[in-house]
Amino acid sequence: MRLALTLTFCAGAAAADPLTVYVPDYFGSEWGPTPAIKAAFEQTCDCEIDFVAGEVLTRLRLEGDRTQADVVLGLNTDVAAEARELNLFAPHGLDTSDLTLPIDWTDETFLPFNWGYTAFVYNADVISEPPTSFEGLLEMENEIRIVIQDPRSSISGLALAYWVDAVFGEDATEAWTRLEPKILTVTKGWSESYGLFTNGEADMVLSYTTSPAYHITEEQDETKVAAIFDEGHYFMAEVAAKVAGTDQPELADAFMAFILTPAFQEIIPEGNWSYPANLPRDQWPEVFQALPEPATALFYTEEEAAERRDDVIETWRSALTQ
Amino acid sequence: MRHLAGWSAAVLILALVFGTLGAVAWRADWSGGLGRADWLAIRFTLWQAFLSAALSVAFSVPIARALMRRQFPGRGLYVALLGAPFILPSIVAIFGLLTVFGRSGWVNDAFGAIGLPDISIYGLQGVVLAHVFFNLPLAVRFLLQGWQSIPVERFRLTESLNGSVWTLLERPMLVRVLPGAAAVIFLICLTSFAVALTLGGGPRATTVELAIYQAFRFDFDLGRVALLAVVQVVLCLGALSLAAAVPVGDGVGIGQDRALMRRDRHLLDWVWIGAGAVFLGAPLLAIALAGIGGLGDLPSVVWPAALRSIVVALTATVLSLGLAMALILWSNGARWIEALGALPLAASGLVMGAGLYLWLAPLAPPAALALPLTTIVNAAMVLPFAMRIMTPAYREIEAGYGRLADSLSLTSYARLRWLVLPRMRRPLGFCAGLAAALSIGDLGVIALFAGTEQATLPLAIYQLMGSYRMEGAAGAALILVALSFGLFWLFDRGGRIDADT
Repeated sequence: MRLALTLTFCAGAAAADPLTVYVPDYFGSEWGPTPAIKAAFEQTCDCEIDFVAGEVLTRLRLEGDRTQADVVLGLNTDVAAEARELNLFAPHGLDTSDLTLPIDWTDETFLPFNWGYTAFVYNADVISEPPTSFEGLLEMENEIRIVIQDPRSSISGLALAYWVDAVFGEDATEAWTRLEPKILTVTKGWSESYGLFTNGEADMVLSYTTSPAYHITEEQDETKVAAIFDEGHYFMAEVAAKVAGTDQPELADAFMAFILTPAFQEIIPEGNWSYPANLPRDQWPEVFQALPEPATALFYTEEEAAERRDDVIETWRSALTQ
Repeated sequence: MRHLAGWSAAVLILALVFGTLGAVAWRADWSGGLGRADWLAIRFTLWQAFLSAALSVAFSVPIARALMRRQFPGRGLYVALLGAPFILPSIVAIFGLLTVFGRSGWVNDAFGAIGLPDISIYGLQGVVLAHVFFNLPLAVRFLLQGWQSIPVERFRLTESLNGSVWTLLERPMLVRVLPGAAAVIFLICLTSFAVALTLGGGPRATTVELAIYQAFRFDFDLGRVALLAVVQVVLCLGALSLAAAVPVGDGVGIGQDRALMRRDRHLLDWVWIGAGAVFLGAPLLAIALAGIGGLGDLPSVVWPAALRSIVVALTATVLSLGLAMALILWSNGARWIEALGALPLAASGLVMGAGLYLWLAPLAPPAALALPLTTIVNAAMVLPFAMRIMTPAYREIEAGYGRLADSLSLTSYARLRWLVLPRMRRPLGFCAGLAAALSIGDLGVIALFAGTEQATLPLAIYQLMGSYRMEGAAGAALILVALSFGLFWLFDRGGRIDADT
């Protein structure tokens, strides 16, 4: 008994504090990418990484500078401005000039690790002539049933509000009014919407251009297809940041650098079902290479996103409550 | 001793409801008041809660009456199954309801086959339908308790004197029980949120709790969160005082605790029993069918998550029954103490979670607190139901046997052990079952606190869905339903076996 205690004690003393990394729920579960990332990173150092899954931004806001996090993962470009206002983060100090993103990246604090486009994914068994433009979507028959997410509670729902704003501008209210009869319902988050879509309740769901990759890879199902629109698709990236007050800055820096290495990036496509931010296209899984891709990326910088946010949400809300 | 336990329970509840609200308000930067959208949300919240409560209670009367009067094989199972909808996690229930009533659901398939137009579940009607699905069984169970409180000797006496059972016994009992049941259901629907959003069809169906969620998650406007939480508490207290204003009247007295048996035939009773079974059973069947396919590829993490859920549920059950007993013994009929027990219904789960986080995160790592906090919050959330079920039972025991017990100098522990507890087995069992089942299905504060090591089953379901694994989620949901129903059945059954004293 005493021997066992001594051994445990020594083992505890030998290992340094683990690196605490906050990640979103979908990212941090057993079937998300974190187990693979943990294994890959711990091979590179004599260290331990501890992923804490939950609502990253909410936790940071509640904790402020008392946060336990050394690194946070999974903040979204549309809410980056609010995260920045917390003044919790340190510059990443990494070269982002060669990232494999459709836009230029110059941010010195937030480091993108994966990205994607918002898209309407449809069931090809039901919809034989999918729209090829946003305008075409609005012109579809009202019998079509679409599920979207609430922009006030869901990051993908917010992206749609920006997307409509970017495409239609002044005519956004009219666009929402024309879309409204086709909207079956609005859900709190992406998961509920997607569940409604996969169980056949809806014909079309607001999701991402990369969503079909999951069905092709895991289920050999090619009937879930993303409709590609001529006007372009709204771009979003998920970013990582180093917490300035971390008690292990070297390890945090090492992890930030690790994010851009192939070892991390190769886990992303089939771990988080999105595009890797620093991996040449020819190294993507074949399914991802074959996915149809939008010609134009529509994107609001974080300042634009912050400035337009209240407007686009109010446009959405008032058009759908009339 | 009685006072100490009562005071501790009261302080705990006040701290959970108002302490957490205070912590959130303390951190707030106060900006504007309520906007137009907020007033629309308040109006919608009240309207849907009113409709849901009225319909649940209205349908529950004929069903409970029929169940009371008819004995049939499987009646015990029927009554036990009545607990199932109420204790379903809302996300699971929504998918069950949609399989039946959704656009491509069973009802619309049947309608289409015989040439009828489609019905749509999305909108106010869907919200109310879902709330009736959740709460009708609860109302039936409340009423069954009420009916069981009428001693069977009274029925026999009334009938042998050719009196009307309805006017003399049943109507007075309903007047006593219905307002309370309606108020509880109204309160449950008042704080509803996932149901309202998914089935509401859009921002028209915004409830106050949803507005709180959005203010918290999205804007992190703690001032608005606190303000809306206060609005919710005020609405709830208003509903509670309305219910309390209805005179309770006297009980019907005590008897020999035997069950009612009737041998006459009433077709209508069977119609109500059948309709209730189909309405409540079909979505449950849909959940089971969807889940069986997913049982094959359940990730291993589901099992430890299920175990954590069971431990949390059992601990919360003990805690909440203890709290309820402490308050009831202390109250001696004092209305304000009983109202205290109903207070957690008014609280926003989200505000409780956030307040606790603000309090405790500086003291200990949040992940270490996740499970104890989930347990405490669950116990508090279940307390109103425990109070509602146990209070009338206790009052009747005291009214009926109190003086006898006094004259025998039966006090404190002995009184509890020999008089109160044996006669409260039925309500205690029902309560324990409800508490265990409700806590196992509750996502609670765990979403805010948990690390990967503390995931409970409901959280695991959300995580599975978030990673596209809808089949696995359906399988895990079936396990959750089976567990919560199993616990409910175990306790409820335990309370009813040999309950005749």
